[in-house]
Amino acid sequence: MVYTTKNKIVQIIFKNILAWFASLLVIIPLLLVILNAFKADGETINMTLELPKQWLISNFSTVIEKGKLVKSFFNSLIYAGVGTLLTVLFGSMAAYVFSRRRSKGMERLYMYVVLGMVIPVNYVTLTKTMITLHLTNTTPGIILLYMAMQTPFTVFLIYGFVSKIPVELDEAAIIDGCKPMQLYIKIILPMLKSAIITAGVLCFLNNWNEFMMPLYFLHSSEKWPMTLAIYNFFGQYEMSWNLICADVILTCAPVLIMYLICQKYIVGGQTAGAVKG
Amino acid sequence: MQKKKVYPWYFALVSVFIYTLLSVIPGILGICYSFTDWSAYSQYIHFVGFKNFISVFSGENDYLRYISNTLLFTFVTVIAKTGLGLLFAVALSRNIKWKNFHRGILYLPSVLPILVTGLVFTSILNPKTGFLNNFLSAVGLDFLTNKWLVDPKIAFGSVMAVDIWRGTGYIMTLLIAGILAIPDIYFEAAAIDGANAWQRFKYITLPMLRQTLAVTIVLNVIYGLKVFDMVYALTNGGPGHRTEVLYTAVYKMMSKGLYAEGTTISSVLFIFMVIIGYFMVKILTKDEVVE
Repeated sequence: MVYTTKNKIVQIIFKNILAWFASLLVIIPLLLVILNAFKADGETINMTLELPKQWLISNFSTVIEKGKLVKSFFNSLIYAGVGTLLTVLFGSMAAYVFSRRRSKGMERLYMYVVLGMVIPVNYVTLTKTMITLHLTNTTPGIILLYMAMQTPFTVFLIYGFVSKIPVELDEAAIIDGCKPMQLYIKIILPMLKSAIITAGVLCFLNNWNEFMMPLYFLHSSEKWPMTLAIYNFFGQYEMSWNLICADVILTCAPVLIMYLICQKYIVGGQTAGAVKG
Repeated sequence: MQKKKVYPWYFALVSVFIYTLLSVIPGILGICYSFTDWSAYSQYIHFVGFKNFISVFSGENDYLRYISNTLLFTFVTVIAKTGLGLLFAVALSRNIKWKNFHRGILYLPSVLPILVTGLVFTSILNPKTGFLNNFLSAVGLDFLTNKWLVDPKIAFGSVMAVDIWRGTGYIMTLLIAGILAIPDIYFEAAAIDGANAWQRFKYITLPMLRQTLAVTIVLNVIYGLKVFDMVYALTNGGPGHRTEVLYTAVYKMMSKGLYAEGTTISSVLFIFMVIIGYFMVKILTKDEVVE
């Protein structure tokens, strides 16, 4: 008995050391960015964990002005926001039909869409397609691309939730004279609320963080989202790490806020596909 | 109730159409173009048969190295993220103080833009001014300091390490959910029977986590084969193509106007992933198909 308690204490100590070590590994780089974002120009030649001699909030306004962050913030917001709304709206409609029809054909179509989670983008021919459709360097173009990229996972995620809504609800609504669109909007959508929020949050995060699509398809700096803006800012001010750190914070702030508020949905959504309890 | 009327096909139209137009068609078009000499320097496109594929697999260019680098990256990061993720998941699933704090912190890097993570680490790993080398010198571990992203021998290792830093928390989170879904009684029964921690892990946790582990590995493999942002931000394929992966190579070929070469190695990846993807999607959708 003595042996087991002793063993248990060793285990708990080991677990805690491991946990704190891992957490520190993550915290230190983040702390480094936060502290250095407030330092003066000369102080960040070596990035250290020393506290700033003077906390300079002006770095942030400098960055917002020099990095054209207001414009790119709104660009990101439009691309990620509109892209998410449309993806989730049309994706949930597709998932609903796939899940309810259950015919051989629809099942194949569902597999076809979900395969999109795996298949890689051929950027060479995608560029050609985008040019042919006159969609390069346009807002609708980038939104359509985000939709194409996010649709497979969205459909996959919502599909699982649709099957949990009893079909009897649909039958009752139809008997009461509901049209298909009414049935979907008035009955199904409200039942899918948490799935929709989950899919929406994940979709928004992915869209906000997207870098490669804008790099290929948005050429004028007026159209850049925040990820592309910070990359170019980094190229221009390579020595001014205080400013880059401030830019990093501003670029990550929206997703961090979203993470803090919607942690439940993010983690829930990521695990919904993976874990079947 | 007539299913066809109640659940009309056109509900799925917009999603399927956009996905087909901008994801599937470019992929198939890419396979067609990889049999041509398409480039920015000529208006005409000729059929050249398997010439492009032969030049990729003959090894006369660096193309084969980009493919093997991508596979190496995928292999190493999948093993490390899954192993470490499992270790942290077991440690943080039950009976530990501050578990929500640790879980929240460890998951955090996966919500940040990958590009930004890469940029921050270019500073941390800078040989002269970077935090890592300065820290190692300060604690007397000078011999461990390295030119992390510059030395051709270790640059790729550094890139993979940063990606493991970024992705482990995500895998851990999935595995914690998997572990918490295992009914407590199993562990209690095993404890009464005198099973120690290792035995409980080996005979209960691991077998019960099979499905979750399969999914996390699938997701990691998909991510690894398509990696771009991380490599682009950290090394952009350098030094001397040592860290070049498929997508960074394609990006360079595009800007040089080598369309046929770019589309050929994209197509190799495409065909490869559609085949393994088919089985992966089967794993991912397994439970629902049975339902």
